[in-house]
Amino acid sequence: MRAMVYRGPGRIRVEEKDIPQIEHPNDAIVRVTCAAICGSDLHLYHGMMPDLRVGHTFGHEFVGTVHEVGSSVQSLSAGDRVLVPFNIFCGSCFFCARGLYSNCHNVNPNASAIGGIYGYSHTCGGYDGGQAEFVRVPFADVGPSKIPEWMDEEDAVLLTDALPTGYFGAQLGEIREGDVVVVFGAGPVGLFAAKSAWLMGAGRVIVVDHIDYRLEFARRFAHAEIINFTQVDDIVQWVKETTDFLGADVCIEAVGAEADGALFQHITSAKLKLQGGSPVALNWCIDSARKGGNVSVVGAFGPLFSAVKFGDAMNKGLTIRTNQCPVKRQWPRLFEHVKNGVLKPSDVVTHRIPLDEIAEGYHLMSNKLDGCIKPLVIPTAH
Amino acid sequence: MAYTREKPRNARDSEELRRTIPGWGVDLNATDRPSYPKEIQAETGAHWDFPERQRPHGPREKSTEHKFLTPVFGTAQPLRGVSGMIRRYAYTYSEGQTAHWLLLIAGDRVDVLESRIEALLSGRPDNPIAETGVLREFKGGAFRTRFGQHRADLTHQPIDLVLWAAPYAAIAAGAYLLAKGLAPSRRTA
Repeated sequence: MRAMVYRGPGRIRVEEKDIPQIEHPNDAIVRVTCAAICGSDLHLYHGMMPDLRVGHTFGHEFVGTVHEVGSSVQSLSAGDRVLVPFNIFCGSCFFCARGLYSNCHNVNPNASAIGGIYGYSHTCGGYDGGQAEFVRVPFADVGPSKIPEWMDEEDAVLLTDALPTGYFGAQLGEIREGDVVVVFGAGPVGLFAAKSAWLMGAGRVIVVDHIDYRLEFARRFAHAEIINFTQVDDIVQWVKETTDFLGADVCIEAVGAEADGALFQHITSAKLKLQGGSPVALNWCIDSARKGGNVSVVGAFGPLFSAVKFGDAMNKGLTIRTNQCPVKRQWPRLFEHVKNGVLKPSDVVTHRIPLDEIAEGYHLMSNKLDGCIKPLVIPTAH
Repeated sequence: MAYTREKPRNARDSEELRRTIPGWGVDLNATDRPSYPKEIQAETGAHWDFPERQRPHGPREKSTEHKFLTPVFGTAQPLRGVSGMIRRYAYTYSEGQTAHWLLLIAGDRVDVLESRIEALLSGRPDNPIAETGVLREFKGGAFRTRFGQHRADLTHQPIDLVLWAAPYAAIAAGAYLLAKGLAPSRRTA
């Protein structure tokens, strides 16, 4: 089969690989029909996640058709169209039993601090991902769901991570009616977080980024107020002034490890890998939130330490809530919102790239060229 | 304002937002949101108390913070070569120790070097032009779209280039010095 493979920081290519095999009775093998490049894939692409091995296939956002199932699979059979959450989870451990699917303890021998994620290094379990023609899907009776007849495939692929993570980010903010919500990051997750903040009753939604075309998209798509942080002296001061010096009720960090805006932080983390991630946006969240406010963190960071302004967080009595999104918990409500037309996730798709051209797709996404918001990868295009 | 009891008013009240923002307030009830409460009694579809164990193909590294090899695990890219030795050693440290992560990052860099050499010897050398996707810059005027956006990253892109080139320059300099040291010295009459 054809699959994207990692060749070192900033380098990928497409190679022939063996079709994955059933390794466990509850495995399924899925033929991928549509995948996506996620902003968090860029952290891998730039070599920021430890234990990222050459030859690894990325891709934790994908949908496809069941090709083969293991002997104990009851809920799926060959030919079913499925969407697969980015979390790999067993459904029966201490954490899964409590709904914390992203924190499953039975799928990742390489680390106890994180569950399993498709195509996200050996730190996340060593599973090849879905930017390929086929992918192994463990716990087929637990993770994937059949794509409803009425659902568009491009909406479905956005429901495997980007939309649920943005929606979850808004929930972690514990938004109440009339709250001022500031979302840092106008990528797909930030856009969906901003849109979701309105669903939860926000009174103002402000999106912060440094790229004008993305901010314009946020204004149109998420009905948000927008601010380019490069156009003000100090974004924290700006937030204070626009909230009459109170600060935001809720700040959502939707940027993660490669945040720009402070040269030293960016270089030491994204380039020199001396930190788990650049905490620029996280520190802005901490400083922009009002005392007693909430900070939601859904941006991905590496496991090394980062220079976070924890003293300010403590002194302000902030509630900081975090997690990888337990995707499947969000699906019933989000399916409803998509079916009712409240949300149309595929509106953020800007590019559709054949698998064989995926290196150019990553370059496009990484460098934010050509108005790129969300590129999809089509394995069967060639 | 922050100095008196009342919260500053927003420009638009809830009624106006409900009229103008599609879907405003449909998830207003915080206790009815999918991730509330944080922990629930979940129905997951699992029909086991503890999953059947996947059979490893060979030795499989694991975190010291796990009691045993998890019943299911990824089988992609097993440990190999010098990078594999470094990574195997890294897994003798717990996740709480910085040495664990720094050794893994070192293993990653060695892995890249090993793979470059292997690719060269196997007749399919790495192609930096194709693998970086840099040619996308010249399609559809993509390069031009970097500009006029007030982007913060434009300020450090020259530094990025230096940091990217530095290891290659160091290797080239090292190779030159090595070759110079090994070459027989020329004597002039």
